[in-house]
Amino acid sequence: MRVVVIQFPGSNCDQDCLRAFRDALGVESRMMWHKDTEIAPDETIIVPGGFSYGDYLRCGAIARFSPVMKAVQAAAERKQTILGICNGFQILCESGLLPGALVRNRDLHFICEPVTLKVENSRTHLTRHTRDGELLQIPIAHGEGNFRADQSTLVEMEEFGQILFRYANAEGTVSEESNPNGSVGNIAGICNKEGTVFGMMPHPERAAEALLGSTDGLVLLKSLLNL
Amino acid sequence: MRATVIVTPKTSVLDPQGEAVKNAIHHLGMDSVTSTRIGKFIELEIDSSDEASVKEALEKISHELLSNPVIEDYQVEVITD
Repeated sequence: MRVVVIQFPGSNCDQDCLRAFRDALGVESRMMWHKDTEIAPDETIIVPGGFSYGDYLRCGAIARFSPVMKAVQAAAERKQTILGICNGFQILCESGLLPGALVRNRDLHFICEPVTLKVENSRTHLTRHTRDGELLQIPIAHGEGNFRADQSTLVEMEEFGQILFRYANAEGTVSEESNPNGSVGNIAGICNKEGTVFGMMPHPERAAEALLGSTDGLVLLKSLLNL
Repeated sequence: MRATVIVTPKTSVLDPQGEAVKNAIHHLGMDSVTSTRIGKFIELEIDSSDEASVKEALEKISHELLSNPVIEDYQVEVITD
């Protein structure tokens, strides 16, 4: 298979991800239960959104100890492409595969709405089909999407081009007003230094068919697989 | 023996829950409260009498699971009955 979507107890965007890759993109894709540990070296790994383990303790904190995560860690060491979306992003941060952490939204509300993302770095697997400064319409749906990292980590992330998307307004201005959840620097999506592990709070799989109101997410998923 | 772990958000990290509760406290009329931080209180029971090894294990548990060192601090207390 080319794409593997991991299912934890409480994942709820797994089917949407599978549909986006298998049906919208026509790519061979499979589901993988979190207790399985076999990931092929040529598979792109998707850690989907949801509420793994009921978000107990902290979002993603328990999922990190699932058997599959050892295989994901090993895949990361082999430089396989990994994308965590929403809760998947939280899990990858908790696992140490991505820097920073995601805490409760600034205004404490669960936010489910389309947002505008500004592409900050189009020279990565996830963003190669976009241009720097391009605006994308992709929905968010989270209560804990407030990205946090200490100052030295942020400086390093800037340096290595690890900040991929920022929340912007319709004109592309990045400001406090266009920041839905209080994320530092309006950060909505990042990658690791090697550019192989990606995390984003917005849901590209929910913007993967015209019927859903936007296909900007599909551009990113195609980009991830270099289709 | 028993142990308690208190996990609190780092002072450098904004605590939106604490902020909201502080504002509610102000609505109660107690404006003198200037800061509220909300964390977690975890009680553990451990089947062991070796305090040193328990403390070591609790450090590991607190560092790797109960807290996220990026955003939280913790305090461990062992209670020997």
